[in-house]
Amino acid sequence: MKVLIMGCGRVGARLASLLDEDGHEVTVLDNDVYSFRRLPPTFNGAALFGNGIDQEALKKGGIEEVDIFVAVTQGDNRNVMSCQIAKHIFNVPRVMCRIYDPLREEMYSALGLETISPTKVFAQLLREKVEGEG
Amino acid sequence: MYIIVVGGGRLGYNLLKALLNEGHEVLVLEKDPRICKTITDEMGSVCHRGDGCEAATLAEVGTGRADMLVAVTGDDEDNLVSCQVAKHKHNVPRTIARIRNPQNADLFKKLGVDVTVSATDIILEAIEREVPTHPLTHLLTLDEQHLVMIDVKVSPESTSIGKAVKDLSLPKESKLVLIIPGEGSPQVPSDATVLKANDQIIAVTPPETEEALKAALRGK
Repeated sequence: MKVLIMGCGRVGARLASLLDEDGHEVTVLDNDVYSFRRLPPTFNGAALFGNGIDQEALKKGGIEEVDIFVAVTQGDNRNVMSCQIAKHIFNVPRVMCRIYDPLREEMYSALGLETISPTKVFAQLLREKVEGEG
Repeated sequence: MYIIVVGGGRLGYNLLKALLNEGHEVLVLEKDPRICKTITDEMGSVCHRGDGCEAATLAEVGTGRADMLVAVTGDDEDNLVSCQVAKHKHNVPRTIARIRNPQNADLFKKLGVDVTVSATDIILEAIEREVPTHPLTHLLTLDEQHLVMIDVKVSPESTSIGKAVKDLSLPKESKLVLIIPGEGSPQVPSDATVLKANDQIIAVTPPETEEALKAALRGK
């Protein structure tokens, strides 16, 4: 599969290297080249400097051909905007969006984005662990 | 009208002042406590400290009864999300977003933002108007009717000079509204009206046939 990942933070870089190991064609986009240090030396994919809410940058990242677009920058709004560009302008078949704010996550999920709120997931995980121990 | 302005920067601040002067009920949402304090000190309790992209903050300030939300922060993504939350969570009937990147206009409209304002486009339009040789100026965009109003000048070299309106190959959907001659008073054109050099023509057309209309009037 061809995958475009926006945001090369801890999650973005890790996801990129895992998918790369599995043999997928991965491109990572970030507006800070320093963040590419997180990619392992063995990484075979492409690391591209650019802003993911800019349609030109997304085109350079090959958004017109990708099967999946994943937005994992620190900003909820940037993730939401880039995912909507991917879905509504470039018709990417699958678009995944990280949204920390649970309320915003619910709203955009209702609007048809595939969303994940790490806040919700992690709180739930901790709750299960806490209550499981007791 | 109750109008919520998201972003208390220079643009939001001046918007707030102007809207208050016009007698509207206005509230600014601003994240930065210092900016909020400056506004409150000067104009009273018209600034609420909070994130205008959060549904909870918008609920606190009674967005449900707002007639309009105007998002004028410096970041396009924040303005988009603020308008979307207002629309989908609080049913605000009109949303307006400032955009820094003019490319975002189509996306925002597609995603339900009613009006977008781009400084780049406004300055470009001003340049079009200021440069006298520019053959075509956009006067107005009627989004809902899907029409634009334009102003075309018939240059002295145009091959359409001397032709009657009915003999111009105008696109079907385009209508000539007014002809302002180089000398004399404006007139509403009929089929028989003959074009002269330096006529200024006001026309209405769908954006798609704008080029064809321009070509017909300039007689390329």
